[in-house]
Amino acid sequence: MSDHIHPVANLLAAIARGISGVQVQWAGCEPDERQRVYFANHTSHLDFVVLWSALPSEIRAVTRPIAAKDYWEETPLRRYLAEKVFHAVPLERGSLGKAKNPEEAHFVGRHLIDDMASALGDRNSLILFPEGTRGTGEKIAPFRSGLYHLALRRPDVQLVPAYLENLNRILPKGEFLPVPMLSLLTFGKPIQVAPEEEKDAFLERAREAVSNLRRIGPA
Amino acid sequence: MLEALRDPKLVWLFGGVVSLLVVSSIIGNVLRTRQKPGANHTTIDNLNARIRAWWKMCAIFAGSILVGRVGSLILFAVISFLAMREYMTLVPTRRGDHRTLFWSFFVIMPLQYYLIGIQWYGFFAIMIPVLAFVFVPTSIAISGDTEHFLERAAKIQFGIMVCAYCLSHAPALLLLKIPGFEGHDARLLLYLVIVDQMSDVLQYVWGKLIGRHKIAWRVSPNKTWEGFLGGVLSATALGTALWWATPFTPLESAGLSFTICILGFCGGLVMSAIKRDIGIKDFGVVIEGHGGILDRMDSLCFAAPIFFHLVRYYFVP
Repeated sequence: MSDHIHPVANLLAAIARGISGVQVQWAGCEPDERQRVYFANHTSHLDFVVLWSALPSEIRAVTRPIAAKDYWEETPLRRYLAEKVFHAVPLERGSLGKAKNPEEAHFVGRHLIDDMASALGDRNSLILFPEGTRGTGEKIAPFRSGLYHLALRRPDVQLVPAYLENLNRILPKGEFLPVPMLSLLTFGKPIQVAPEEEKDAFLERAREAVSNLRRIGPA
Repeated sequence: MLEALRDPKLVWLFGGVVSLLVVSSIIGNVLRTRQKPGANHTTIDNLNARIRAWWKMCAIFAGSILVGRVGSLILFAVISFLAMREYMTLVPTRRGDHRTLFWSFFVIMPLQYYLIGIQWYGFFAIMIPVLAFVFVPTSIAISGDTEHFLERAAKIQFGIMVCAYCLSHAPALLLLKIPGFEGHDARLLLYLVIVDQMSDVLQYVWGKLIGRHKIAWRVSPNKTWEGFLGGVLSATALGTALWWATPFTPLESAGLSFTICILGFCGGLVMSAIKRDIGIKDFGVVIEGHGGILDRMDSLCFAAPIFFHLVRYYFVP
């Protein structure tokens, strides 16, 4: 992937910022060009674009979203946006669950982590929504394990939690017309896997790192 | 465009506003340089931030009035939009209100301003209190979510009333055909805004200088009787002194200014009560030092429609 930002991407970012009136807070770290995985709660189609647009443009150019293959390859428009505009990393969501036995699951899981690790390469950053799907905004669903395995594979990459507030009211799941309310995006303090930390303990800690950034609370 | 500049009285009004800004900037700077190092500067910093914001707001306002009717309409439509955005963000709505809210932002509110644009007074006056009043609860009911139904319908309708209906009465002054005052209606809008906003400012200034006795400390701890009386009386005096720019006699101007000031106070008090209820201090952070757009416009919400109807009743045959 090149450092070139697609003009449509910049246009969509500007529109998303306008609609969401987002205020960005760097509460636990500063914008930095080092490799990072930004992980956030997921309630709206606007989430990725808003988070992406909040990054300075030189960081934006090397930051790619992880996108569910089944959804983003369904129609030509979605495919165009994912592949050409945002250079998304397509990921086969739920393929682990379809595996017939533990060996196959292990193999498939490994494959997914390989994909993410190679998308990171030696200079890219990723945006990941570890809930795996959009929620209602009331509470954050348990995280899927990809974040944990990726963190073990690439301990050099910073894991930055982020909380997107109010986007579930601006463009909730199942609606295609937005209501232009105001929103907040808070970046928190980077976390890492502690020595000998169990998968579930880490994932729960990561989830709390995101939900602790919540400021207004459920409506 | 720029026809307004050919109206000498309008130019005088603008000149007065600019001189006032220059004087207050000088006072703000003197206070800043005179303050003791290490002392608590929040009040003076806040004052200077407010003065800077006033310069910007006056520039935008003057620019849009100079463009003409369409300019004023667009300006107030944008203000309504931003105010409604702040309001709806902070009022708890539910998933089932989504489409109602979409209509409020993109159909009801623009339509209200469009009706002023095409000068359809009858529809302008009833569209929100009658049609939107029917539409809002119906569309929420169609969504099927009945949890807190009455609360949600009431809160959304109130927001549309305050942010779209009430505020739109300020530019609607341009609709009024007052005999002998044709073509000067921009002055009337400017008069309303100057008296209303100066009443706010003077209440703040008098309150800071000699404020002792709280009016409704639970609702708004900064509002004092001294600030209220000083602000209302001095802004009424100012409004009276501006009678030459209006179709009113000095006595009529005094009565109308006094009404604007009192209603401005009521609007501010009601908005403060809403903020206490939601548990926030300011509606937004768009205007530096002022809180949000709605915090600045709260005094105009009640003053604009009543001023409009008083003028329409007594001065339009």
